[in-house]
Parts: sequence; C-alpha cells; structure tokens
Amino acid sequence: MSSVANVEPLPRTPGLGRVTQARVAASEWTKLWSVRSTRWSLFSAIFFTIGVAALACAVVSHHYPRMSPHDKADFHPLEVNLAGVQLAQLALGVLGVLIMTAEYSTGMIRASFTAVPKRLPVLWAKAVVFGFVTFALMLPAVFIAFFVGQAILAGHNIDIGLTAPHVIRVLVGAALYLTVAGLFGLGLGAIVRNTAGGIASFAAIMFVLPPLMNVLPTSWNDAASPYLPLQAGQAILSTTPGGHLSPWVGLALFAGYAAIAIAVAAVLLVRRDT
Amino acid sequence: MIEAHNLTKDYGKKRAVDELSFVVEPGIVTGFLGPNGSGKSTTMRLILGLDAPTAGTVTVNGKRYRDHQAPLHEVGALLEARSVHTGRSAYNHLLALAQTHGIPRRRVNELIDMVGLHDVAKKRAGTFSLGMGQRLGIAAALLGDPQTVMLDEPVNGLDPEGIHWIRNLLRGLAAEGRTVFVSSHLMSEMALTADHLIVVGRGRLIANTSVDDFVRHASGNVVRVRSPQAEELRDQLVGSADVTVTIVEPGLLEVSGLSAPQIGETAARHGVVLHELMPQQVSLEEAFMDLTRDDVEFKAGSGSEPVAATEAAA
Repeated sequence: MSSVANVEPLPRTPGLGRVTQARVAASEWTKLWSVRSTRWSLFSAIFFTIGVAALACAVVSHHYPRMSPHDKADFHPLEVNLAGVQLAQLALGVLGVLIMTAEYSTGMIRASFTAVPKRLPVLWAKAVVFGFVTFALMLPAVFIAFFVGQAILAGHNIDIGLTAPHVIRVLVGAALYLTVAGLFGLGLGAIVRNTAGGIASFAAIMFVLPPLMNVLPTSWNDAASPYLPLQAGQAILSTTPGGHLSPWVGLALFAGYAAIAIAVAAVLLVRRDT
Repeated sequence: MIEAHNLTKDYGKKRAVDELSFVVEPGIVTGFLGPNGSGKSTTMRLILGLDAPTAGTVTVNGKRYRDHQAPLHEVGALLEARSVHTGRSAYNHLLALAQTHGIPRRRVNELIDMVGLHDVAKKRAGTFSLGMGQRLGIAAALLGDPQTVMLDEPVNGLDPEGIHWIRNLLRGLAAEGRTVFVSSHLMSEMALTADHLIVVGRGRLIANTSVDDFVRHASGNVVRVRSPQAEELRDQLVGSADVTVTIVEPGLLEVSGLSAPQIGETAARHGVVLHELMPQQVSLEEAFMDLTRDDVEFKAGSGSEPVAATEAAA
C-alpha cells in the first residue's frame, strides 16, 4: 500500500446520475461475474448437462444390444439425453441461493442497500440478470448435449432427430426449467438469507418432499405429487405427454412457485432490517 | 445536513436508540461520541434506512435517505461492520456500486488511487488487512461525491499515518462545505478532528456541544485552594470577568480561569496563607467518562434496574 500522507483534492463528478433499474442491472451483472462461485456453478451446470448426457448415452448405447424387449420398448433416446439436467438444476439452484445469501454473509448487502435504498430494484435486477445468464448459457448447452448424445446413440441407430415429435419443446423446455430452478433458489435464498438454510430449503422442497409424499395414502399422493415443484416443472421434459399436467402448464406452475418465492422475498426485503 | 427527531430503535426488549434528536450541520466535522454499545452504529444504520426506526424520523439533506433519487450523491457512508463481498476485488466492488448511479469507471480508478489501494485493486477484498478494508470503505463512501459524509469509527485499524490521513481528509471535506459526521469511542481522537460533538450513552443524547466548549468545560483549569483566609482570598481573585470562585466548604475554594502560579502570586501579594494549591487535572477521556457515567447513574436513579443501581453505587 502506497503512502498517502497528504490528501489530494477530491475528484469532482459533474452531473451525477440517479439510480435506475437498468443501472442496477448493470451493477448486478458486474457482481455476478466478479466472484468465483458464479463461474464455478455455471461451469458445473454446463459440464453436467453435456458431460453426463454424453456419458449416459454412451452407457445405454453400449448396453442396448443386450437390453430386454421390454426395456427397449421403454427406451426413449431423449430421456437418457437429459440425465445431466438433473444435476445441473442442483448447481443452478445453489447458485441462485448464493447470489442472495453471499450478500448477507459477507455484509455486502449493506453496501448494496445503501446504494439502492429502495431495495426492490436489487432483487429484480438479480433475478433478471441471473435468469438471462442461465437461459443464455443453458439453451446452447442443452442443444449441444442433444447433438453429442444423439451422435453417440446413432452408433446403434437408436437416435432421433431434432424434428422428431416433442424434441424442440423438451430441449427449449429444459433450458427454461433450469432457469426457473435457479430463480426458485434465488427466491428461497432471499427469504432465508442464510446460505446453509437456503440450500437446505431448496433441496428439501425439490428433492426430499417428493419421496416423502409416499407416506401419504396412495390416492392423496397421486393427487398431490404432480403439483409439487419438481414434478410440475419436469412435465416440460416429458416425451410421453398425457400425465396430470401438460408440459407447459407444469412448467408454468413451477414458474409460479418461483414467482411466489420471489414475491415473498420482495415483501420481506422491504420490511426487514438489514 | 442530517436531522434526527426523537429517533428511537428497539431490538426486541432492548432499546438501542432512545428518543435521539440532533442536527448535524454542514461545513464542520461533527463527532459522534459514545462508549461501545451506546447506539452510534444503530443511529447510522437508521440514517441510511438499513434499519427502520421504531419511532421518530431522520432526514438527510431534507429527505428520508431512501427517498433520494441518487442516494450516493447525498450521503457517503462507511459502516463499522464490513460491507464488502470477500470474494470480489476492490475494483469490482467499487465498480458495482458506481454502476448503480451511472458513475464512470474513471472515477473508480481515481478513488482507488486516492485511498492508496492502487497496487491491490485487483485482489480479493477478503485478503485485505483491517486498514486496507477501511480505505476501501472510504473509497466507497466518497464514490458519489456526496454532500454528506458519514463514517463509523473510521480510524479503527489504521496506522498512525492512516489516522493522520483520515483527519486531513475529514477536515478537507468539511472545508469544502460538506456535512461530516464521524463516530468514535475515543474522545482524544475527536478533540483533534471534530468541531462539534454529539455525545450519546445508552442510546440517549448526553451532550450536544462545540468541542471548544466541551474541552473548556472538561479540563476547566480548576484549581483547588485551601486557606484559612479563604474568603479574603476570594475577594482578591474575583477581579476579572473570566474568573469564577466557588466556596466548596469553609476554607476550600475552587478557582477557574486562573492558573495555580497566578493564584499563589496573588495570595503572596496580599499576605494570604495557603495550605494547599492543587490544579485539578481532568483529561478529556475522564471528562467523557464522567459524562457517560452520569448517564448510567441517571438511569439507575429511575429505579427500574436494580443491577445498574448496584453498579453505580460501587
């Protein structure tokens, strides 16, 4: 650190600007890319989406000649291709949580809310920037995973093309699903304000709640389960539509859960002391 | 300008700030003085709207902080608690704050140079020493070229050179006509930096005075004189306007406005016998502690807290 014994005149800034939503979004863009956790989480999500898909397709492709006729009938080349999405959603959910909770654990939130004391623009900007980045990265990742996976499956002529029924909807839907999962994490993080609690609540709602439903009577379980966030959201990934919820209704319901989480967070954000 | 009216903040059952009213004027350095836990940091958080007051109001430059269009232009604040993401570089931290107001990158670089963080600007803030962290916080506070600068314990963790730098900085900012509000728990530091003092204890306003008055009142150059001819001596001493003489008890005077040698010489000139001639040295720190101790006793006197009453009696 150099010595600054004498104070130089403070550089003056002519015509200082006011806070706008677009400026807060630019600030959140800088914040997002200037910490390691973002780069690692996004890299993991892309790696899982493509790498696990390739791996799963290779394994299935290898076993296909020895599979039973029943299994062969059940097999859908797109489903095995989406194996990585299941892991990617965890990475993105955790990142969503961290984007909020890291501000609280480090104290950065005080600086953020001092610069933007109306607070809500910070939440909106985080959601928009993170949602945009996630979708912009996961959409190509999902398509690359598709082409890589189908190229592997093509070895046994069990691949499908982009123009086959449902394929485009499932691929675009997968990118949207991952985006919503990340935003759901962000909303939960903003409510809980604590990293461990945020990740735990995301994992509990997404992954623990569904098997827990099995303790309910079967009729209740069957009636309620399709409306849980995970099942509702994954309707968009279905290659055999006709379940409880149609693909887009399911995704819309999942998005609704995320929207509710963010709305609750918004109310709390304005009311709570920082 | 900061104006607080009956500002009150409760955390659960604990009252952190208790009906605090004060005005912080532009053009001078105002010290915000009080022992640890007296509500200084809470008051600053209330000013910034980070916490909502239980009662009362506080405005900055005529409006609530959150109602300003460009808050960083109104108030630049350094909070006592660290407010930086440890994984982000100093440069990116300042840039992200600057972008909320459309402040150009050039200004970020200028401030990094000004606070002396040029060589470490690309390093993660988590690796910074306490002093470097303070400098980063001060850079953030000055980012918006604010009309009001509010710093919570800014000299914490700074080396003597850094403390000197802060003093000059605060004086310079005030000389430019800005409102400068600085908290400290060290009276000696405030005596060197501040023009005006707002003293709090247990969340209450204890004193709102100029530093000169406080110092004069505190050190007071009081001299105790014991003499069998006390009344005769008093009549000789009270000649000039600045001198006050109090008879503490028969044969014992307290004289302010005259030094011990002056009193001794006057006594000799008039043939008055002196048994004792003792200058009463009261340091600023002691005067400050007296003030805050009075507050504790006052609270104990209200009879609501027997524990506090025992402490006060001890």
